[in-house]
Amino acid sequence: MIAYTKPLPVLDGENAPHWAGARERQVRVQRCGQCERLRFPAARYCSNCLSEDSDWITLSGRGEIWSHCRFHRVYFKGFEDEMPYTVVLVRLDEGPLLYSNIVGLDERDVRIGMRVRAVFHDVTESVTLIKFAPE
Amino acid sequence: MPDIALRNKVAVVGVGNTDFGRLPGQSPYDLGLWALKNALADAGLDKSDLDGVIVNRIPDYQRFCEIAGLNPRFALVTPGQGRMSGNTIQLAAAAIAAGLCKTIALVYGNNGRSAGAKYGGEGDTYGSGGAGIWFPYGMTSPGAAHAMMMQRHMAEYGTTARQLAEVAVAFRGHAAMTPWAVMRDRITIDEHVHSRYICEPLHLFDYCLINDGGVAMILTAADRAQDGPQAPVYIRGFSSATRLADSTFPDPDYWHHPMSRVAQDVYEMAGVRHDELDGLMIYDNFSPTVLFSLEGFGFCKRGESGAFVEGGRLALGGQFPSNTSGGHMSESYMQGWALNVEAVRQLRGQCGERQIQGAKLIQYMCAAPLVSSIIYGSER
Repeated sequence: MIAYTKPLPVLDGENAPHWAGARERQVRVQRCGQCERLRFPAARYCSNCLSEDSDWITLSGRGEIWSHCRFHRVYFKGFEDEMPYTVVLVRLDEGPLLYSNIVGLDERDVRIGMRVRAVFHDVTESVTLIKFAPE
Repeated sequence: MPDIALRNKVAVVGVGNTDFGRLPGQSPYDLGLWALKNALADAGLDKSDLDGVIVNRIPDYQRFCEIAGLNPRFALVTPGQGRMSGNTIQLAAAAIAAGLCKTIALVYGNNGRSAGAKYGGEGDTYGSGGAGIWFPYGMTSPGAAHAMMMQRHMAEYGTTARQLAEVAVAFRGHAAMTPWAVMRDRITIDEHVHSRYICEPLHLFDYCLINDGGVAMILTAADRAQDGPQAPVYIRGFSSATRLADSTFPDPDYWHHPMSRVAQDVYEMAGVRHDELDGLMIYDNFSPTVLFSLEGFGFCKRGESGAFVEGGRLALGGQFPSNTSGGHMSESYMQGWALNVEAVRQLRGQCGERQIQGAKLIQYMCAAPLVSSIIYGSER
């Protein structure tokens, strides 16, 4: 296997349940135990009601493209071989936003409002990234 | 909003800047002191006349005052983010109006170019302390966040690449008339839209220029401002508002809500209407910010900024000459400070071939998760 050189997520940090979920083909975000507001990335306190109670729930993995941009400048060496590349911002049907990449079509054909679903890419033996493909 | 009674209570009596560009061997302290010496000379003041100092981007107020041999009553450092320049000026105006001190120097020093400062990549935390969570997908940098917003603005309102280009092209034309501007070669709309992308839809020319430089301003109570060598420039109105909650992601409203609050405050406090303004200084970290600002502050309707800037409306000779020294994308990225200094010089009539004839009222505005605006006037 060719060495994976792109940046990797911190698997054992406060977002650990999110990355563990991705490994299990699920999109997980944090939910406030008091007001039930969803949030991601993780935070100790709910920014709505300031409760410290929370759990992690699995979402549908479906949503739409909120916006996108295409990188023509290298910021990470690991991306050098696939310049230019597109980053999308997906609004999940349940509300939370995720930055990700689009797969399953020519990246340049991505459009705002396009319906997408999560797909899961195992990039190392322990890391799975959540990408999105047209629904 | 700040008490309307504060209108014209504080004046800018001195401004100064360093060269801009690559200035190796100069620390932020050195650059700040260089700018401060120029501002003191401009104001006809001695450093012993200062009883307040606020440094910005310079890491430490104590070290700065130690280097400059100052013992002010009031000393502070504000975070080295461009959005803080407007807030720092407001804070100084409020401190003077409240009697905390009489004469404040605001001192900015930035050695970002020589120090190799980079936005984007492994060290970048723009948007929140946790920006690294998106690095696996290649997402990074303030420019990319603005590219996302611009892409959406284009989809939502039909704003075009050529309309966006109007902003950088107009400001570059102003830089051509600014002796110390870093980029002085005029560009055309065609050259802009065919230039290379950094983060599509944003081109190279849509990005600010990281450079070394320093800027200083000296503010004092308006009643004390009459004796100096320069005509005082009065702070007629100021206000700020934020959209900080949920600011990990781009604001779906292009910061329209905090901007409309600030607009309402600042025009009322200054007693000024849009059409009375002679010029604008619009925070331009990236050119889309200028479009969002024109909408948020009510110069045009939501979604109509693209059409509004067509035909050189922001260029000298247009309805609202803006960023007449070239701004962050052509003069130098001095994080709002040089724009405020340019407002002062315009109102004094010191701008030579880039002078806005008869300028009496100029507005500074900054669109970001923390919005601020200041209206300056040449008359009390």
